[in-house]
Amino acid sequence: MQQPNKLTPFFENLNFERDDNTMVINFGPQHPSAHGQLRLVLELEGEQVVKAYPDIGYLHRGIEKMAENMTYNEFLPTTDRLDYIASTSNNYAYALAVEKLLGIEAPRRAQVIRTMLLELNRIISHLFFIATHALDVGAMSVFLYAFREREFAMDLMEDYCGARLTHSAVRIGGVPLDLPSGWVEKLASFCSKVEYELEHTYNALLQENRIWKMRLENVGVISAEEALSWGCTGPMLRGSGVNWDIRKEEPYELYSELDFDIPVSDRCDSYGRYRLYMEEMGQSVRILRQLIPMYSKTEPQLMAHAPQYISAPKEEIMTQNYALMQHFVLVTQGMRPPKGEVYVPTESPKGELGFYIKSEGEPYAYRLKCRAPSFFHTGLLQEILVGTYIADVVTIIGTTNIVFGEVDR
Amino acid sequence: MAQHQVNYASAAGLPIALTSVDKLVNWGRSNSLWPLTYGLACCAIEMMASGASRYDFDRMGTIFRASPRQADVMILAGTLSKKHSEFARRLYDQMTEPKWVISMGSCANTGGMFNTYATVQGVDRIIPVDIYLPGCAPRPETLQYALMMLQKKIRRESANMNNNTKNNLRLV
Repeated sequence: MQQPNKLTPFFENLNFERDDNTMVINFGPQHPSAHGQLRLVLELEGEQVVKAYPDIGYLHRGIEKMAENMTYNEFLPTTDRLDYIASTSNNYAYALAVEKLLGIEAPRRAQVIRTMLLELNRIISHLFFIATHALDVGAMSVFLYAFREREFAMDLMEDYCGARLTHSAVRIGGVPLDLPSGWVEKLASFCSKVEYELEHTYNALLQENRIWKMRLENVGVISAEEALSWGCTGPMLRGSGVNWDIRKEEPYELYSELDFDIPVSDRCDSYGRYRLYMEEMGQSVRILRQLIPMYSKTEPQLMAHAPQYISAPKEEIMTQNYALMQHFVLVTQGMRPPKGEVYVPTESPKGELGFYIKSEGEPYAYRLKCRAPSFFHTGLLQEILVGTYIADVVTIIGTTNIVFGEVDR
Repeated sequence: MAQHQVNYASAAGLPIALTSVDKLVNWGRSNSLWPLTYGLACCAIEMMASGASRYDFDRMGTIFRASPRQADVMILAGTLSKKHSEFARRLYDQMTEPKWVISMGSCANTGGMFNTYATVQGVDRIIPVDIYLPGCAPRPETLQYALMMLQKKIRRESANMNNNTKNNLRLV
């Protein structure tokens, strides 16, 4: 066993010096294809993986503990940093959980705007998946193309909330701002752009690409039982032939009114999952197209009316004494939700993202737990990596689409 | 670089340019800064965006390298946790001289919003930092600006790294 000292790291229960034929290699925590700070300890026999230990915690920032010392509104920007590729989906999942705890519902216009942002974030996240997955497998040009479209989606997000990456575009009880003028038209043209590029760029580059198919087909095979028993959600579960999407199973807000399909693949391999991501982007475009006419039919109210929890609109605060007093109390002390506990699942781009909140009636959550999909997909690695070749390890990590902000929290 | 007007038509010999060794070496160093792909958290996504199509870092001679042995700049993009800090130090030590460090984002600068038990409150506790880049997360333009500032800094430095004060900052 290695002696621990200041300069050489000490690995618990791990002996790198072996006397049998296996070799232990250390994949990460700083590896260009490890999707952040994943450290995999792989035991190899020749080129085949015999054992894989995913070692996490390199990005642990204590977010759940921070939630216990912050008021509910203060914590919202911290949720941006969980799954930082699709920030709004985290904001939304958290806001929805708090709203359920408070027993309020966002006004219809806010719901439309939120759903638009969510689906836009889904496209951003899926484009990012295609970009990094292709880059890991060795297709550099796909990365450049996917980031080109992603920048257009980021422009839309930036026009709405001012931030490119950490949006905080959703508030508890609604959204802070109405859509800027001309935004909806830009969204419509973005939709047709994405649809065109999906067909003519990504499908043309990848779908029938011989190298791409050789690298992805029958790699990272997950059976439906395995996926269910490891707690997989999102494309990881649907890629194994299980039709499960929170948007259909437990529809929240507008999803019961929208018309969209859940793509399912029974190929169970990385190629099937890649196809799912591509089809889901098409479905997101379909949802966005339905939301555009819905937007103009809504009333201009943006935040729910619940004076004991949510500040009144700015005009009322500036003109009415009571609204100003409420606002002062809510800003200085924070809202006090009723006692109780709540868990709300949402379908983030990566799978089921849910927040569990236990409230003791204080302005701070007694306990906040984030159920992040990537955490479960990281756990799955120790099972599906066994028996694969070292060259496929990167493909399999890529296909799980894990993000370490939400794994380690 | 020193500019000298040479009349190529009338001069019989080779064109001549006069410069100092410092300027020549720094011209080379500053225009081919190869950063290490050291993405730790959210800022890594903006770092990738900087390298991708719209912001296109390649035109500044900045090509991301996956190995610390081939890198000149460590762009420390994201939250550095205490568990990871020893690896950051080790990667910095593995980089060959001359080397520079850009601390990207609030988390890397000061710990940012994560003032918790798990986070290093500023990477300058682990490695010497040349450029601090504010923002959460900084835009790709900000990273470009940081690289341009680093280029400026390199051009001011002495080419002989023994004079560089960074060597005195060695922690090990």
